[in-house]
Amino acid sequence: MPRFLREYFNRNGVGLGSVMLGLVLFWTIGLIILPQLSMLDFSFRPNLPPPEIGGPKDLYTLENYKYLIFGPEGGSQDYNAVDLKVFYRTLIAAVLVTLFNLMLCYPIAYYLAQTNGNHIRILALMLIIPYWINEILRAFALRIIFGESGVLNNLLVGAGVFDTPFDFIRNDIALYAGLGYAYILLMIFPIYNVIESLDRNQIEAARDMGASWTRIHRRVVIPYAKPGISSGCTMVFMLSAGALAAPQILGGPSSLWFTQLIYQQFNDNSDWPQGAAYAVVLLVTCILLVLALMRVFKVNMGDIGK
Amino acid sequence: MSAGVGVNLENLWIRFGDFVAVRDANVNINGGDFFSFLGPSGCGKTTILRAVSGFLEPSEGNVLIGGNNMKGIGPNKRPTALIFQNLALFPLMKVWENITFSMEIKGASAKERRKRADELLDMIALTGQGDKLPAELSGGQKQRVAIARALCAEPDVLLLDEPLSALDLKLRQHMRSELREIQKRVGITFIYITHDQGEALTMSDNVAVMRAGVIDQIGDGKTIYNDPNTAFAASFVGENNVFRGTVKKVIGNEVMVSTNRSGDLMARISSNNVGKMKEGDDAMLFIRPEAFALAPVGTQGDHFVTAQVTKEEFEGNVFNIFMEGEGGKEMKVSLPNLGQSFESHKGEPMTLEYDVHNAVALPAGVLATE
Repeated sequence: MPRFLREYFNRNGVGLGSVMLGLVLFWTIGLIILPQLSMLDFSFRPNLPPPEIGGPKDLYTLENYKYLIFGPEGGSQDYNAVDLKVFYRTLIAAVLVTLFNLMLCYPIAYYLAQTNGNHIRILALMLIIPYWINEILRAFALRIIFGESGVLNNLLVGAGVFDTPFDFIRNDIALYAGLGYAYILLMIFPIYNVIESLDRNQIEAARDMGASWTRIHRRVVIPYAKPGISSGCTMVFMLSAGALAAPQILGGPSSLWFTQLIYQQFNDNSDWPQGAAYAVVLLVTCILLVLALMRVFKVNMGDIGK
Repeated sequence: MSAGVGVNLENLWIRFGDFVAVRDANVNINGGDFFSFLGPSGCGKTTILRAVSGFLEPSEGNVLIGGNNMKGIGPNKRPTALIFQNLALFPLMKVWENITFSMEIKGASAKERRKRADELLDMIALTGQGDKLPAELSGGQKQRVAIARALCAEPDVLLLDEPLSALDLKLRQHMRSELREIQKRVGITFIYITHDQGEALTMSDNVAVMRAGVIDQIGDGKTIYNDPNTAFAASFVGENNVFRGTVKKVIGNEVMVSTNRSGDLMARISSNNVGKMKEGDDAMLFIRPEAFALAPVGTQGDHFVTAQVTKEEFEGNVFNIFMEGEGGKEMKVSLPNLGQSFESHKGEPMTLEYDVHNAVALPAGVLATE
């Protein structure tokens, strides 16, 4: 038995230790790794009617991946322009949502972490309680707010900002707002956690030496909060890129989210292999993007877990 | 470095809601002085420091630095540098970046900053350690980096908030003399906050003794120790034995106090209370442990004290004898070890003699609780 395992059992006892270890292994292997591997397997198979599965035609193929790039065989275009456009638009939009989220949440997290008093607890509750409401209901609520005859348009037209109602939904503003709002807690809390442990004297020391607030944040707070910022950004980016409910409900009719394509393949076309291939491409691209950005900003994997 | 900028506190009041943290403080600190605020925790000394550094606006009164009123001027605009109790070094910056952070703010080039950092590192005997992170340094080294960082800003006044409290005893004593050295070398005003009377007495030109927001006494170490203004100052600074009683007779600058336990004793009235004590007043008489000498057992008189010995201790340089004192508290006597032989007198009565000039009489007041 390796040493870390023996120490683990010494600390927790064999009984409880085995139960905990078993549950964690079941969770990671049974519920995450195996289904993902099965999806990976699907993505390399042709879409066959059930009787032919396991038959002579059931051979590994790259067809499904080719489809994303080149479109249907004998199609009118050289590339699958529609799906590829949706793909990179999804990625860019997810990056923008993440950045927007960061700009919105950093000040909130800083304020929450560095201020004392009861109103902070109330503020935190006000952030958390809306999340008791189911995600779909929240998305519909935003649709009501952003709709053509919605609250926001009534206000803006009433105040004379617009002559005619502005179509927030067709312009994807409702979608970005919905995605942004859906994950603010995942951005706020990792940053809050890190900044809370920042010694307030460090901020005062910097102020005492004449630093402006901008410099204090740039040189003292942000470097310290970097693990929290990267952890929050990773989660928000991954979840935005993989979101389905918000794009479904808040997205404009002309703008599809890549997850909606995946959903269509699985559900509408009953083409699981094709859907699996799209999902694998999205997952791998997102992971590579995150790893590349971590490299650029010199963040370690260990920091993210903090 | 501009030397000799004084600091004045004029009728300074600081309130937090109903709580008065500082009550009508008036202090004149000469330029180039090493000035300490000495008091137990919660006495308002750190509050005063924060008011001088600008992190706190006084409720009333003024802070003057170099004669200029600092009202409305933020901490980043004052000619002060503060050394925090926990030092507050920036953990993610290298030592040299920490030291020259104030220059970075002013836009100095990396080369200039590096050069200045090397000079300061030489001064604090950490040559060549500039590229380390603070976490790689020992406690005393971090201490010196914090001092260098504060000095790099070329402040007129350096404020120190119990910076030695986290160090072990040996290092603390070493840093005391080092701080004093640095202060003499740079010649700027140091304002030092401490609850450790040893630190205050050894380093300071002048000390302010504080209690519950009030400054009881300001003076040099000798004055504070030998001629305290209040019962609190007498009991907080150094060790002291107290005898409670009432004034029986005032004779010029001296007074006879009829004490509760030891009969009539003579003492010198502390200088700022001369003329203020009169017959029948509640009084306290203070005699330091080292002011006693042995006398033949049973000698009577107005400068002799007799009591039972409860405990004896050999401390090396002194013999400590503990005797039954007032209100269950022990009376401590320290006799210098001059190579003489001491016999144990535990459980026996012993008589001690003191020079009337070394006993201080004060109006009864609050004692320091320790």
